[in-house]
Order: sequence, then C-alpha cells, then structure tokens
Amino acid sequence: MTLPDGWEMVVGLEVHTELKTNTKMFCGCANAFGAAPNTNVCPICLGLPGSLPVLNVRAVELAMAIGTALHSTISPSTFHRKNYFYPDMPKDFQISQYDLPINAGGYLDLPDGSQVSIERAHLEEDTGKSTHLGGSGRIHGADRSLVDYNRSGVPLVEIVSGPDIRSSAQARTYAAELRGILIATGASDGRMEEGSMRIDANVSVRRAGDPFGTRCEIKNLNSLRSLVRAIDFEAARQVELLEGGGTVRQETRHWDENLGATSTMRVKEEADDYRYFREPDLVDLVPDQAWQDRVRAGLKPMPAERRATLSTRLRDPSPALLDALEVVIDLGLDDFVVGALDAGIDADLSFARAANEIAGDLEHADNLSLASYVATLQMEQSGELSATQAKAVLVEILANGGEPVAVAKSKGYERLASDALGDVVAQLIDEHPDEWARYRDGDEKLAQFFIGQVMKLTKGQANGKEVIAELQARR
Amino acid sequence: MPSLRREDVAHVAKLARLTMSEAELDKFTEQLGQVLEHASDMNALDLDGVIATAHPFGLINVVREDVRLPSLDHDVVIAMAPDAEDGRFAVPRILGEAP
Amino acid sequence: MRTVRQTALDVQSGDASALSVLEESLAAIRARNDDLNVFLYVDEEGARAAASAVDERVARGENVGALAGVPVALKDNLCQTDIPTTCSSKILEGWRPPYNATVVDRLLLAGAVPVGKTNLDEFAMGSSTENSAFGPTKNPLDTTRVPGGSSGGSAAAVAADMTPLALGSDTGGSIRQPAALCGLIGVKPTYGLVSRYGLIAFASSLDQIGPLTTTVGDAAMALEAIAGHDPLDSTSLPEPSPSLVAHVDDGVAGKRVGVVRELIDGADEEVVAAVERAIAVLKDAGATIVELSVPEFRLGLSAYYLIAPAEASSNLARFDGVRYGLRVDAGDVTAMMEATRTAGFGEEVKRRIMLGTYALSAGYYDAYYGQALKVRTLTIEAFRRAYREADLLIGATTPSVAFEFGSKTADPMAMYLSDVFTIPSNLSGEPAISVPFGTGEAGLPIGVQLLGPGRSEAQLFAGARVLEIADGRP
Repeated sequence: MTLPDGWEMVVGLEVHTELKTNTKMFCGCANAFGAAPNTNVCPICLGLPGSLPVLNVRAVELAMAIGTALHSTISPSTFHRKNYFYPDMPKDFQISQYDLPINAGGYLDLPDGSQVSIERAHLEEDTGKSTHLGGSGRIHGADRSLVDYNRSGVPLVEIVSGPDIRSSAQARTYAAELRGILIATGASDGRMEEGSMRIDANVSVRRAGDPFGTRCEIKNLNSLRSLVRAIDFEAARQVELLEGGGTVRQETRHWDENLGATSTMRVKEEADDYRYFREPDLVDLVPDQAWQDRVRAGLKPMPAERRATLSTRLRDPSPALLDALEVVIDLGLDDFVVGALDAGIDADLSFARAANEIAGDLEHADNLSLASYVATLQMEQSGELSATQAKAVLVEILANGGEPVAVAKSKGYERLASDALGDVVAQLIDEHPDEWARYRDGDEKLAQFFIGQVMKLTKGQANGKEVIAELQARR
Repeated sequence: MPSLRREDVAHVAKLARLTMSEAELDKFTEQLGQVLEHASDMNALDLDGVIATAHPFGLINVVREDVRLPSLDHDVVIAMAPDAEDGRFAVPRILGEAP
Repeated sequence: MRTVRQTALDVQSGDASALSVLEESLAAIRARNDDLNVFLYVDEEGARAAASAVDERVARGENVGALAGVPVALKDNLCQTDIPTTCSSKILEGWRPPYNATVVDRLLLAGAVPVGKTNLDEFAMGSSTENSAFGPTKNPLDTTRVPGGSSGGSAAAVAADMTPLALGSDTGGSIRQPAALCGLIGVKPTYGLVSRYGLIAFASSLDQIGPLTTTVGDAAMALEAIAGHDPLDSTSLPEPSPSLVAHVDDGVAGKRVGVVRELIDGADEEVVAAVERAIAVLKDAGATIVELSVPEFRLGLSAYYLIAPAEASSNLARFDGVRYGLRVDAGDVTAMMEATRTAGFGEEVKRRIMLGTYALSAGYYDAYYGQALKVRTLTIEAFRRAYREADLLIGATTPSVAFEFGSKTADPMAMYLSDVFTIPSNLSGEPAISVPFGTGEAGLPIGVQLLGPGRSEAQLFAGARVLEIADGRP
C-alpha cells in the first residue's frame, strides 16, 4: 500500500515476548500455557501482602542472549516499579526496567538490506489475564470481568525499535526477523497466536523532510497480517485527517481485525503518571564480562548468519528456491538442508522436501533423522523412488517413525523394471495415437500427458525422468 | 518549591484511588503542606553530585535458579476472593483498557 | 514472668512443661487484655498444640531449639498461616494468610510457641498505636499513656508480663521507641539481617523485624534465632545468623563511644540526664568517650517522611478489593477500588499514601523523593565518617517518656517529631538498640540508644548489657 504522494509513514515497533523459562520471573510457579485458572500461583505472583520477588537467573540470561543477538550493550541495570491500578495486576504496580535497562541500543539488519535501530530490550513481568462477561467479550459493554493470574509474573522482554520503519512491509520483515532471532536464541517460541509474542506499533505520518508528526500507538497486534493491515490503515487515516485540515490526537488505538480499522482506546492527554521509582525489593543487576562472554559463547547462529551460510551454497537460485530458503530459515530446518547438500543432493530437492514435507508436519520433525532425510532424497535423486513416492516416505516417517528403505518396501514402492516400463509406454502409444502423433511432431507438452498415464497405470511407481527417456527413444 | 495546592491534593487522591470530601481535601492540603514545608531545609540543598544509594550494603546480582517450587492450592487461593466465578476472581466491569 | 533464657532452660531440661508456661502466659493475657487491648487475636488452640509438640520432643530426649517453649507475641503485620493478620486495618479484617513469614518459621524451628497477634498503628504508620482501626493499646505501666508505636501491642505484651518475647517491626523507630516507653530492650537489626518475607511491607528499604524483651540476653537469643540469609528475600544479607549470645558479656573496655549532639539535643531534660549518666557508666566500664556532631542527622526527618510514604503508597496499592480483604461494591472496578480503599484505610494511612504519591508524581519526583534519596546517601556517608572516630554511638531513643493519649494526635508533625533520634539508623540501614536506663516523670522508663555500623549487633548487645547491669538488672 502506498500513501498519497509526498507523504511517508514513520513506524516504531515495541515487541513483547514471553520467555521460555520453566518458572516465572520472580517466583517458582510454572511458566506454562493453558493450565486451569489460578493454579500456577503463589503468594509472590499473587502479590499477597508480605511477599517478595526473587529474580530468575534464566530470564536474565535469555535477556542477555537477546541483547547480544541485537548488538545491544549489556549494561548494569536496575528494576523499577511502574505504578498503576488495574485488576490484572496483583500488586497494582508492575516490576519493569526504566532508565537503566539490561540491554541498551543495538540494531537489526533485515534481509531486504535495511537496518532498524534498537533503542532498548528490557526485562519485566507479565500481568494476569481478564475475560469479559456480558456484551461482545470485549471490555466495552461487559458487565463484569474474571481474572486469571496464571500469566501474572511470567517473564517478558520488551524490545523497542527506533522510529526507523517506513512501510508496513518493512514492519512485517522486521517483526519476522526479530521473531526468528527470538526463536534462535531459545528465548521465545514466537507463537503470536498464543500471545507469547505481542506487538505494539507506534505510527505517525509526515511530509518528506518535515519533522516527525504526532504518533498513535496501536496495541496488541497478534499476527503479522494484522500488523501490516493495521499500520496501513492507521497511516492512511492520519494522512486523510491531516489533508483535511485536522490534527492527529496522540492516543492509544485498538485494531479490529473484523472491521479492518483502528479505533480510539484511550486518549493520552490525561497522561498516565506511573510514578516510576527504583524497586526496593530487588538489588542491581551487574553482569560481568565473564558472564556476558558465556552467554555469547552459548548462542547458536542467528537467522541472518544461517541465511548467508545457505545462500553461499546456491548458484543462481530461482525465486521458488529463495522462497523455500526463507521457509527453511524461519522454521529452523537448516540442518536438514545442509546435511542433504553435503551429501550431494541437488539444491532444489534439498530445499523443497524440507520446505514442504517437513514443514507440513513440523510438530513431528524429531521423528525424522538427518540420515533418513538424506537417504530418502538419495533414493529419489537416483530414480529408485519417484517424487511422489519420496514425499510419501517422508510423510510416513514424520508421522510414525521408521527408516526409508523399510518404509518404501512396506508401501510396495519397488523400482519399475525398465522393460516393464517400455511395455507400458508401448501400450499407451497404441491406446493414444493422436496424442502420440502430436508429441512425435514436437509438442513437448504431451510428455506430461503420457507421464500421467504411466503413473496411473503403474500406481505411481514409474520414474518421471525414465518415462521421458522412453518416449524420446521411441520418437 | 511552590506550595501545595488543593487541586494537587485532589489529583493525587485520584491517582491513589481515594475519595476525599471537601473538608478532607482542606485538612489534608494543610497537613501535607506542613510536612513539605518542613522538608524545605532539605529542598534548599544543592545535592547535584550526590547519587542515590541502592542497597545500603552493596548487594548485587541476587538471583534464583529456574526451578519449580510449590504453588498454592487453587481452593485456598479462590477462597480468599471477595467474589469469584469459574475459578477466577470476579470484578465489576472494567471501563478502560490497560495502559 | 520467666525470661526467654530461663524458659528455654526449664523447658529443655524438663523442669517446666511448655504447656504450663503457656498456660501462665494465657492467664496473664486473659487478666489484662480486655483493658489494655494488646492482642487482636489469641491462638489458644494453635499455641497449645505447639507447646504440646515441644513437650513431646523433650520427652523423647530431643534438642527442641534455642527458644524451647518460649511464648511469643507477633506484631499483626507478620503473616502466620491461617491466623487473622490485619495490620490493624479494616481493609484486611478477616484475612488469613496462606503462608508463614520466614521469621515465624524460624521461631517454630527454635521451639518457640506463637501465642497471638498484637496491635499496631495501622500498617505500622504511627508512634503511639493510636492509629489502629481496632482501638489503641494502653501502656501497662500507666494506662493513661501510650505504649509507643507502631509496635505498641508487642511492647505492651512483654511489659505486661504476657510473653517474655515479642517481635515487632521498625521502619523509623517502631521497635525502639515503644521499647523505650515501656521499659524494654528493643532492637532494630542491620538492614537485611532478618528476612522481610512475610512482613507486610510499609517502607521496603527501611523495614526490619526485631525483638522486644526484658533483658539484653533474651534479645540476643531471639535475634540469633530469626537472623540469617533467606533466599526468599533478595535484600537479605548473604551470611547465616551471627553469633550474638556469646558476646553479650564482652563489655566495652577499649571501645570508643561517640556522643552525638544531634541524637540528644531536643530531648526532655530528664532524658538528657539519663543519657549523660549512661555515658558515665560506659566510661567507667573502660570506654573512651568522643564528642561528635553529625549535622546530617537533622535532615533525616524530612528525608524519611518522603521516602517512607513514597514506598508505602506503592506497597499499599495492592489493597484494592480484588483478591482478598475488604471489598466495597460499586458499578465499575475503578469505583470499587476507590470505595474499598476509602472505607478500608484510616486517616493516617491515607495521609501518608497521598504524601507519598505526591512525592513520586511527575514534576515533583526530583524535588521530593529524588532529593530525599540523596539525603539518605549523605546520612550513610555521615555515619561512615562518624565510625572512623567511634566504634559505637550513644544518644536518646525518644525525646520524652510515654505521653498521654491524644496529646500528639491533633498535629501529625508533632507525632512525626518523636522519631527524630531513631530515623537516622533506618536511613543508613545500620543497627540500633534501645536499653531502659533510669526513670523520668511519674516513674516512667527512659530509653537510651546505642548505634553501631552494619553487622555490629554483638557490640551493641555488649554495650547494652553494661548499661543494663548498671541500671540494676544483672
């Protein structure tokens, strides 16, 4: 989507991710999704009188890993209280970080070649979750609300970008790349639909060359698609407003996926006074160089590095191959592809079977060993298995385990003997004289027709390349 | 420092979720004003280079391992609630979204 | 009433049963509690069960612990599982915590017998226990006068011979001042020496739990039992409990005792006289006396009355009617929170919440809270300088003996001024002890205060013991 001539959008994103720790930020309750309400709670995460917080070291290390991956400066930091009243906040303050965050500065290089600055990535605790009864299930029009504190105290890292993003597409790329990094560091599972990664977008518009305009914040976007649509809508709304002589009011807005529009949530004039002050129940965090080095040493390669590693092994990749590459990086299937390439498997094949078959049953990727993956592709590459058959073998191993030769045998995939193939082709030539005449005269498209017929007759056992060889031999 | 005004006290009462009667507003404005007035000796000092102290004995890096500890029994938790439904704490309608 | 020391000896040796000691305690409570309003809740059943368990262990030949069979009174801002814990506030009326404060667990581990929860100024905000939502507590030595605050109930429990040991909390003097007004030993330990887990917070960076007893030796025993690192409190010092009882009779020979003008000037004549006599006693016992002036202490009151309310305003935000305690219904949640807090909190609590909220609010943070934190650093540095010249410091605990009910309630500032000698130690996090030394008006007890650097409780007990003996209580 492009804005009217002369206008540009200015976007900054705040991404909150829940950290993949066993326990919550300040207590030993389980950090788990989907438990029965108010079963993973204790005096600390309920904020009962007399309770005190104690910091989870794994949350700190994951925060440091994120900071390292984003080229931030890992700094001595302090926790602050952000004070406001809300029923999903057990203490009616949130323990967060304010002017001394654990990660300061940084940047993210995007695959499109652009760079987005990172202002900070800090630690904070999550709130409980409310459901609203009566009305539409949204807050407005509800009679009462019910609160579950299982999520209260779950560790979060908030990553704040600079206002460097200039299009919704770039925002999407940033969010996707950041998500890949969060997954690669082990910090997050990146499941936006489960709420473990949430995005707020700050959007303003300006005529090129002008200073930044007034921005609006769109909160809690939970899919990349919503992110793009919401940003585009909001930028267009602001441009229309300004071109009509109006002014943009600084406010927080809510994105309605069904209506496809943002609407006012809260006006920021009555600016919340959070009365930040240093959390007296916690002490300062000063990660020494040795600790920082250990975290850095333990980091796995990030998507950008893995993308580069794989790209260097491709000569003149087609658009389809590049798409498959993205899928492989996104889903962390590089090891399969690298292993296949190392074993001499053709690049298109190595990528395609990962980006399609393995991607299709990601949950069970562990059932497929690298050795089995390579062996299956070798059988396909050598002609022992047809493409259809190879795919079926992979799908079977993913679903139920097993190893390629045995699975192929159990499915009855035997290599079709070449003379048997010759007989089949001869039979089809007899049965389809018109098609054969056109093929013989040079209509290459009919090769596909004959391949299809051969497959029908042989129940997929023939090898496409061999069929073509037969046809050509008989021309 | 400017002296404490009645509207400051009213604003602060709202922030603190306390209802004040007119008489209370008057009284608290006077009393809080006295405390702040007493603090004027402190306000007058130029403490520009002085840094606030965190822990008086310099404790840093106090952390715990990421291991499970027992949670509270659900029934005990819900029993404390002034109002509950379906295992959750019930509250009257919330008028605005969270900040 | 048996001392803590004597009780533990008698019970562990089998000379007295924990149950019989408990019955004496309960009888003393029954005799005077209605009049004095010391205990908000007495847990007869739980105490009897605990006492019986101690007796069984003794019968089996087990070492029960340092506080075997000792009845203990707990200030009602300390959480005890399933026992009503109110902080003397309507907002927590009826609430029973589902867990124990760490100090309660440690007392139980040492074989002590918690007997009940004592009255305090609401949420520990006050110096007379007149701010309790459940009525004031009377000073057992003169029932027309206050026992001090905020740990007034705890002090009264010991002064009325109900229990030989009580735990209180001290944020600006709330253990030491009631101890002084009731003729008891009261200790505010080094910040972080005693775990705050389960202490319902007033001002997190200042609060400490400590004992009130009739003898120095008892206080040392009690503090040893509850002190030491707690993984549930991030601000707790890393070391285990220090050895204190063994040093009580160390004496003060060779110690330099600093006499701090700012901890004496402004006290009533009789109090000043008592401090001067105490100085003479220490000198006779071999200490060198050094005259010191620490002008930074004069800023302490202002800094305290910004820091403490600021932290309290945040700590008390959780009382909103959602999860426990009082709820006053209303049409929406914000109105409910407001109605609940307005009905549930008393006047002093509201006053401090608003003062604290103001001190933290946008535009005022730097001038008030921010500035107060800097004054705190000045106080810490001032103490550091003082401790180059002296090993411990001496002063008054409070400007006067116990005052009459209602005499300071008209003007909050008047009440706040009674904390002027105790506040500096809370700001610096360093320990201090109040020792009864002589009497004043109408025979009422006077408290003398000894202060020391962080982790110097042993020498404070030693100094206090010297004064105790000189005051006729060997």
